[in-house]
Amino acid sequence: MIDIKDLHKSYQVGKNKLHVLKGINFHVEEGELVAIMGSSGSGKSTLLNILGILDEADEGSYHLDGTEIKNLTEKTAARYRNKFLGFIFQSFNLINYKSALDNVALPLFYQGMSGKERTARANDYLERVGLSDWATHLPNELSGGQKQRVAIARAMASHPKVLLADELTGALDSQTSYEIMDLIQKINDEGKTILVVTHEPDIAQMTKRIVNLKDGIIIDDKKIEQQKALANV
Amino acid sequence: MFSLERWQEVFQTIGKNKLRTILTMISVITGIFILVVLLGVGEGMKNGIKSTFQDDAENEISVYDGVTTVEYKGLNPGRKIQFKNEDFEQISRTHASDIDKKSSMYRIWSGLISYKDESGSYRIEGVLPDYEFIEKVSLISGRFLNQQDQKATEKYMAIGKKVKDDLFGDNKALGKMVEVSGINFKVIGVYTDPGGEREESRVYIPLSTSQKVFGGGQNIRQMNFTIPKRDNYDEALAESNRIVSKIERDLKSIHKVAPSDASGIRVRSTIEETKRFYDLTSVISLFFWSVGVATLFAGIIGVSNIMLIIVKERTKEIGIRKALGAKPFSIIGMVLHESIFVTTIAGFIGLILGLILLENLGPLIDTEFIKNPEVNLNIAVTTLGLLVIAGALAGFFPARKAAKIKPIVALRDE
Repeated sequence: MIDIKDLHKSYQVGKNKLHVLKGINFHVEEGELVAIMGSSGSGKSTLLNILGILDEADEGSYHLDGTEIKNLTEKTAARYRNKFLGFIFQSFNLINYKSALDNVALPLFYQGMSGKERTARANDYLERVGLSDWATHLPNELSGGQKQRVAIARAMASHPKVLLADELTGALDSQTSYEIMDLIQKINDEGKTILVVTHEPDIAQMTKRIVNLKDGIIIDDKKIEQQKALANV
Repeated sequence: MFSLERWQEVFQTIGKNKLRTILTMISVITGIFILVVLLGVGEGMKNGIKSTFQDDAENEISVYDGVTTVEYKGLNPGRKIQFKNEDFEQISRTHASDIDKKSSMYRIWSGLISYKDESGSYRIEGVLPDYEFIEKVSLISGRFLNQQDQKATEKYMAIGKKVKDDLFGDNKALGKMVEVSGINFKVIGVYTDPGGEREESRVYIPLSTSQKVFGGGQNIRQMNFTIPKRDNYDEALAESNRIVSKIERDLKSIHKVAPSDASGIRVRSTIEETKRFYDLTSVISLFFWSVGVATLFAGIIGVSNIMLIIVKERTKEIGIRKALGAKPFSIIGMVLHESIFVTTIAGFIGLILGLILLENLGPLIDTEFIKNPEVNLNIAVTTLGLLVIAGALAGFFPARKAAKIKPIVALRDE
């Protein structure tokens, strides 16, 4: 599903060049649930941004579901993001003046889907994350956990190949975190490929594979025995 | 681009962001409103000046006789020059191709006119039919004098509105007989004159009648001609100057007046006054336009500022939308669609408010300097269009910038 070879990325910080990713080789099969771990500055968020076509690598190749992601125009990048990827952010990134339902329906709007179909599918996904009663509420009327559920429903709605989650539990208490991870595990059990960036070991233990990043290189990549999130609730 | 979906998006955004929408609208409404009112008042001032200045034909040449001041061909200065009918006929004949309307005049400065118990003293002028166009009178009722009246020495009279009001009040004047020095004249017309009350307190009778009744013989007091209109002012001025000097030369030679004598025979052209009028109105236009354009500019800057703030405020939202697969063009389109919609609606409100004010206040303004304040709808709509385009441009650049920044940068924006 994801195939990365010798990926390099540097940022220009003032006059200095900061080499963030120093040759990443990384492969993800369909249906995997992978945690990318590392301390801050290890390059894990940068990697996720490149995976999410939110940022571009300087060197190396990146194939997503067989499609090479390289030198894309903004327009193509937008189409790929919409078609291949669903994002879940630490700060939820819901549009605050749109209802839960409209937020979920937004990626479908950019797919050019008709209004009726959008509403139907968005309702469907809200129901899956257990929020059908909250469809008309604005984000600021929802709790943190509920907001993240809406964000997950939104990420799922466009039927992406891969879900990318950046510190998705970072703003939540541990109880809510486990509930969210339970949802993620269920989605993964249905066969969706999911990548989670986190620095919390307990969250990482709930995935099936942990990739450890340090100073821009992968120092450790191993499959683990998945802990069910529900057991911690 | 103008799909129903987009409209729904726009209405949702507007509905959820009332304050910034209202601020944008107020800025546009004020700009257009002030512009419309300014242009209206400017136009009103122009109309006012027009009616004060332009009471006579703007291409008129008047010829007066006088007293010589220069000795010439053995004739002493101080000699009274008296124009006769034959002078007028000769000038009309020799300059026929240069002249449009023509009339000579015999004048009684003050004649007592009475109708029943009412009477008053008015200026009585014996003129030819063309004088209607030279003096630019317009008939409220009846007709002006015609060739037939002149030929038949009819005792007919066209009276000014002031005369009619004085003598007849609310009663009908047409066809009534008034008495001047014991002679009855029939009122055949009532006129108004853009020159106002002063020029409406005159009465006109046929030249032939005036000369006969008031003992004028063949004497005339002055001659008036108009020259055909020219396309531009400079041409008209050159033509007028040429004709003025020709007429002056001819008459001076007939009456043996020295070419250098400025008072024996005087020929005056209104075209130079017209020039002053044109200059004045263009200065007024220029003034109001510059104030108006400055106001509009302030409005445009206001809209631009708000657009910048809107785009800045929405940077994060734009980042989210891009992460969800929004194409750059759709981001730009979203911002522009909203800004164009809001500025257009606000512009129309401002336009209509301005027009309502002018419409209702206009008739209440009663000074000689402002008449019929009105605004050219085309200009108003054009300026509105300009404002909308400027607003769109002002929104376009920040929107394009926002659409170009990488989603991660936009998402980081707090």
